[in-house]
Amino acid sequence: MADAPHIPDEAETRAKWGDFAWTPENAKTAAMYIARYPAGRQASAVMALLDLAQRQVGAETKTQGWLPVPVIEYVAAQLGMPYMRAYEVATFYTMYNLAPVGRFHVQVCGTTPCMLRGSDDVLAACKNRGLVKGGTTPDGLFTLTEVECLGACANAPMVQINDDNFEDLTYDSMSAILEALATDKPVKIGPQIKRQTSCPEGGPTTLKEMVKANHDYRGEWK
Amino acid sequence: MSLANKDRIFTNLYGFQSPGLAEAKKRGDWDKTKKLLDIGADEIIERIKASGLRGRGGAGFPTGMKWSFMPKAPTENRPNFLVINADESEPGSCKDREIIRHDPHKLIEGALVAGFAMRARAAYIYIRGEFIFEAKVLEAAVAEAYAAGLIGKNACKSGYDFDVFVHRGAGAYICGEETAMLESLEGKKGQPRLKPPFPAGAGLYGCPTTVNNVESIAVAPTILRRGPDWFKSFGNPGNAGTKLFQISGHVNKPCVVEEAMSIPFSELIEKHCGGIRGGRDNLLAVIPGGSSVPLVPADQIWDAPMDFDGLKALGSGLGTAAVIVMDKSTDIVRAIARLSYFYKHESCGQCTPCREGTGWMWRVMERLREGNADISEIDMLFDVTKQVEGHTICALGDAAAWPIQGLIRHFRPELERRIAEHGGMLEAAE
Repeated sequence: MADAPHIPDEAETRAKWGDFAWTPENAKTAAMYIARYPAGRQASAVMALLDLAQRQVGAETKTQGWLPVPVIEYVAAQLGMPYMRAYEVATFYTMYNLAPVGRFHVQVCGTTPCMLRGSDDVLAACKNRGLVKGGTTPDGLFTLTEVECLGACANAPMVQINDDNFEDLTYDSMSAILEALATDKPVKIGPQIKRQTSCPEGGPTTLKEMVKANHDYRGEWK
Repeated sequence: MSLANKDRIFTNLYGFQSPGLAEAKKRGDWDKTKKLLDIGADEIIERIKASGLRGRGGAGFPTGMKWSFMPKAPTENRPNFLVINADESEPGSCKDREIIRHDPHKLIEGALVAGFAMRARAAYIYIRGEFIFEAKVLEAAVAEAYAAGLIGKNACKSGYDFDVFVHRGAGAYICGEETAMLESLEGKKGQPRLKPPFPAGAGLYGCPTTVNNVESIAVAPTILRRGPDWFKSFGNPGNAGTKLFQISGHVNKPCVVEEAMSIPFSELIEKHCGGIRGGRDNLLAVIPGGSSVPLVPADQIWDAPMDFDGLKALGSGLGTAAVIVMDKSTDIVRAIARLSYFYKHESCGQCTPCREGTGWMWRVMERLREGNADISEIDMLFDVTKQVEGHTICALGDAAAWPIQGLIRHFRPELERRIAEHGGMLEAAE
């Protein structure tokens, strides 16, 4: 709780976001999400809609988006649920930002499997570029968060920046990624070493036929 | 004897080939699925039981038996649901991710087969929010399957109507607990429910529900195609089948690999991971099943079979087969303290022993790391873990307690050494 974000002043937020409404495209997407659940159970779509709303706020502010109170109210009203129920969801799950973030949300995994492979170096690379945990750089470019296990442990250490994973990092490769992002240069998503996804480095120890062709192993079944 | 390639289920594990429907079909997915359904719902459950498949999400409960708990005659107003747990968040685990992004059709076909067997109306796949790319691949695969008539109305021309929906989470480890997942699916905070009632009686929207791990569901079609005896031929008795192992930490080549159950730890590491960093003698300890299970010291793990019963005998567990390897350069106290922080962060806050206990345990672990503690606090910490364990609604309290218990059981001299080095004096608390 001590590290809870500072929720921006509500009057100001309300003035800016009070008339939030879906873009026509997002209105369709929202309807598609709601249709996934049985009639009368539309509250199930609250997670998807909050995510969609955050992305729309992000697109409008050219950042990764956040959830101002009027936006949460808008989603709650659409789903016919009390505001407090939607607010509970927004505060419970870590992927909803309750305060503005920068253009790049750098989420460094610091849990043990990444820690063992050098997440300290990844955090050091961030720190060296002026990123501070829980804060946004003054130019509004980077927000740094230390997150818990992101489920890419065989490719540790890793970081998720916006919607993309960067894996098998070192101090140098992390510094290079931040530099490239800051200067609008292209970056390589996924493992930063020569490696295919979670395959052992240097080539697979199993299923080698699959490397070159879409091999069908059924012919070898007895 | 190592597992042969022809006996591996997830042939596109590394994504060298496309996850798309056409390519998946060439690899054998969706091959006469109607014939699998023609086996009949009860017989499918019998065959899964006979295969000895145990749940791949960590607890190892027999999958076929779980399916058999579902009502045989659901009504229109109270349909059965299948919920597939793709909220892979256990530190060390990264196998469901590979299935979803590289072999999604195995999962969707499995959903149909399993859903049909338990007479479910629909399946919800709950995928963790951070798997953004993986969710895109999965959504595309579901759309392909609908377009091809494989799921939806009259799925695979079987006369059975079955829907598959993707539901994205938003960052909460606790939603991997089955009842928290149901709460989250209903649009609430993911706080676990008391059991009973069990989900098979009253689950999603109060309807009978079975929650299964991605891997348990994705292997089902292959088991039916090749027969229960084929699956059972791998692994020690009671630990049947093949399994995705995920090796992270201090090995030369961390990876995900499918192997036969009960493979010795040494073979797994030497064959696929290029050995321990710095050689066998440099191994300190291993967490063999994801962060929730106690660690095992080097000398005990080396020849141990990697399966449910073999690791249980060592006071640990297979969990999700997420093998976290630590060599002698590891600050073992810090490694476990970081896990304590993880559980403090992920406690849902519902039960007092867990909400308060995880924070307390983490703070003490941080002091033990520095040696800034009294020798008697080691026993006090152990005692507190025992008071958290078993006194909460869900198993997160247990999961937070076990790594610390493992540390104290095997590395007490290291804790004592740090305290002695620090001078055995407790500095004023914060």
